[in-house]
Amino acid sequence: MSQRAAVRRKQAIFRWVTVSVVLAFFMLPLIGMLDFTTKVRRGGRTMATWKTLMNVSEISTKYPALKEGFIASIGLSVITVVIMLALLVPTMTWVRLRLPGMSRLVEFICLLPLTVPAIVLVVGLAPVYSWVFYLFGESTLWLGLAYVVLVLPYAYRALDAGLRAIDVKTLSEAARSLGASWFRVMWRIVLPNLRTAVLSASFLSVALVLGEFTIANLFSRRNLQVAMYQLGKSDAKISVAVGLLSLVFAFVVLFAMSFVGAQRSGSRRRRRPLAAAVAPAPAGTGSVKEPS
Amino acid sequence: MSVASPNAERGVAVELTELRRSYGPVNALDSMTLHLAPGEFVALLGPSGCGKTTALRCLAGLEDPDAGTITIGGRDVTALPTNKRDLGMVFQAYSLFPHMTARQNVEFGLEMRGQDKSTRARRAGDMLDLVGLSSQADRYAHQMSGGQQQRVALARALAISPQVLLLDEPLSALDAKVRTQLRDEIRRIQLEIGTTTLFVTHDQEEALAVADRVGVMRAGRLEQLAPPQELYARPATAFVAEFVGLTNRLAGRASGGRAEVLGVSLPLLAGSGDGNVEVLVRPEGIEATPDPNGNATVLSAAFLGAHGRVTARTDGGEQVEVQVASAALPSFEPGQRVRVTPRGDAALAVAR
Amino acid sequence: MAKSPRSGTRALGGIKPSGALAGVVPFFAYTTVFLLIPTLVVIIAAFVSDGHLTLGNVRALGNAGFLTALKQSIILSALTAIIGAVVGGILAYAVSTARPDGILKRFITSLCGVLAQFGGVALAFAFIASFGAQGMISAWMKKAGVGPSSTLWLYQWDKGVLLVYLYFQIPLMLIVFLPAVEGLRPQWREATETLGGTTWTYWRRVAMPILFPSFVGATLLLFTNAFSAYATAAALVSQAQPLVPLQIAGTFTSETVLGQANVGKAMALAMVVVVAIVMAIYAWLDRRSSKWLVR
Repeated sequence: MSQRAAVRRKQAIFRWVTVSVVLAFFMLPLIGMLDFTTKVRRGGRTMATWKTLMNVSEISTKYPALKEGFIASIGLSVITVVIMLALLVPTMTWVRLRLPGMSRLVEFICLLPLTVPAIVLVVGLAPVYSWVFYLFGESTLWLGLAYVVLVLPYAYRALDAGLRAIDVKTLSEAARSLGASWFRVMWRIVLPNLRTAVLSASFLSVALVLGEFTIANLFSRRNLQVAMYQLGKSDAKISVAVGLLSLVFAFVVLFAMSFVGAQRSGSRRRRRPLAAAVAPAPAGTGSVKEPS
Repeated sequence: MSVASPNAERGVAVELTELRRSYGPVNALDSMTLHLAPGEFVALLGPSGCGKTTALRCLAGLEDPDAGTITIGGRDVTALPTNKRDLGMVFQAYSLFPHMTARQNVEFGLEMRGQDKSTRARRAGDMLDLVGLSSQADRYAHQMSGGQQQRVALARALAISPQVLLLDEPLSALDAKVRTQLRDEIRRIQLEIGTTTLFVTHDQEEALAVADRVGVMRAGRLEQLAPPQELYARPATAFVAEFVGLTNRLAGRASGGRAEVLGVSLPLLAGSGDGNVEVLVRPEGIEATPDPNGNATVLSAAFLGAHGRVTARTDGGEQVEVQVASAALPSFEPGQRVRVTPRGDAALAVAR
Repeated sequence: MAKSPRSGTRALGGIKPSGALAGVVPFFAYTTVFLLIPTLVVIIAAFVSDGHLTLGNVRALGNAGFLTALKQSIILSALTAIIGAVVGGILAYAVSTARPDGILKRFITSLCGVLAQFGGVALAFAFIASFGAQGMISAWMKKAGVGPSSTLWLYQWDKGVLLVYLYFQIPLMLIVFLPAVEGLRPQWREATETLGGTTWTYWRRVAMPILFPSFVGATLLLFTNAFSAYATAAALVSQAQPLVPLQIAGTFTSETVLGQANVGKAMALAMVVVVAIVMAIYAWLDRRSSKWLVR
């Protein structure tokens, strides 16, 4: 009808065309995976692979390596998240409260892993790990110590966004004036207010750990990705199915979280910690992710 | 005083006629008509969502009305795109291009009009002079205060010598002091160059202070369009009376153009109802005197600088705000008996 | 119990007591062991062989194999960065025109959030399942009589690997660039229009110059992302070592050849140098635009 409506319509057409084309590119390999896992040699379909995958006891007897890798990755996720939170939350809060002059340095260190490719880190970690394995025994779970470094930038940004949204200083001064100890300030005041940020940081860390391949593979440790890789040579179908399943799972979680984060606070300008964590770093350090 | 600006001959008439605009079920503009005389400064006032911004954006061509016509200087521009309408517009905030200096911002519109470099530079210099920012010409937006940014935005809008100047709540993001200062400056400049101006605001004081005429809007309609004094003294509706200035609602009996309020007979404005009514009386239309045999008890007294305000409860249970001289304020204390009497100014009565 | 509030406030105002510094010791200790030492190890070991200072490792980088891999790594990273940035940038703009809290935007950002991290083994498998010898799309193309006769292209660094890399580069661009596009204020477009500019003027004179620094920054980020990527290429290319990360991994696993490990460290150093150069370019660019950029 009018020029403005025409502009809007043109915009809508452009949007749908662009999104459709790109989505087609995104979807084709995924459909390819689904096709591959359900294909029968002489045509036709079978859900056998998926049935196996859903059957926990069958999969653990038939594919012990996959089970081992999966359990290792779960253990690694827990270790990584625990160390990451124990390391970052008190440090970042403390720096905000008592050592603001150090915030740049802490930020720099946390974002540094973005500029050091994982493969380079592996090279440098080799001597460190020869000590770790020598002192504490050869467990795959020790990889979690290195994974903390990998997740540092993402966790830092998620928590930073959370800390920005609350006024830690005033809150803790208020709590201190009411007689709370520093420990109580952290536990009763800061942490509850950081719930969303802690959740985002943990989610990102888990996602990264579940997708980690480089370090585990080069240290000859078997986590989920390495198991999938090895299995891919003998039984590709189950391997591809695991890959697709983990992707769909991650998407569902992220999609659900996009609703949770948005509905909570009333202020529109408050950045969601998850979005902040994957957005570019203010200092210009890149967002290089490990498992690519 | 009404339409007379000294430079009226340089402005053009602007007419919004029967404009309608709806967003789904909401009528942002409900057959709104507003005519601006050449060189006139009209302020549109109203609560948020009343349609004042929609009206301005329709005039700017940033929204399309569903129906109605818009003319500028007698030319129908309803179907014309924004960039052909010859307007200057100042937005609420953040409208300066962040990657250009103040001078480059001001030059932008001139460049769009194909003017050569030296003309542009001269004109931009003049405009920055006009808003008192020559010294800031090479600064970027983020290096300036909010008030300075809005001055540059004003200079940018005026640099192209537009036929109409549109001000979309340009002061609402500023703090109180800068606000009054810039408000007066906008008026000074507008009088100087005589551009027909439409100013949208939700701040009644702002509207009353600068405009030739103020239009009060409600639910997409113009409730009243009148010079500031008239709007204040003779509000056409209860909505206008309550939106512009502070008003007491007091019970009374109206008949034959007069109403009995707190024992005093007041003349009524046109449009008043008859029978048992509520009469709207301004705080400065009431007097309060300490009196042990009075008709009210003081609840609180507040010092407001130039004057004071006493809040009292009448024996009839009504709460009344009364404006008193600052000097008289010490004689009012909470719990004290006072006599409150309307002064006899004209008031508006509305049916209960 | 802990210190009294009074001593706390005094600490805030006065000279920092060592107590405040103690709070950050665990963090610095941890990052020293697992981040700073490894980085130093790479830098130092690149110049050490059998306990002696030497340039031999660095000189070993001069061999044709490594130089080819470095060149190919840079070309691959640059191409996927530029294509990814352009396609992802257009996608980001398209998404920004949708309703701010609508389903489309949430869907795309969530999907891209996952896909940007989806590199690695599973991604390689996805493309093999689609474009490999028995792949679905290969079968379609065969039926339609188009496309190459063999599927070997999928395993070549400049064809298949490039396509696969785009699969995580485009989503990463969206995630990184969308905030910048959404930072464009509608007032800028409207101001341009009221001042007499057209849509084209708006893009050329206002939107593009404003977005340019973020766009270049994002592109450089995509470059380092592709340059550092290892898992995807490792899972896809098993025969040769056409890229630097694969070569480094090669020196890691072939323990038979003595001294290889130190050459690997030299290669790692070379990677760090390339990334550092990119970051330096970014920093320079950033300083140039920070005249008007507000943070």
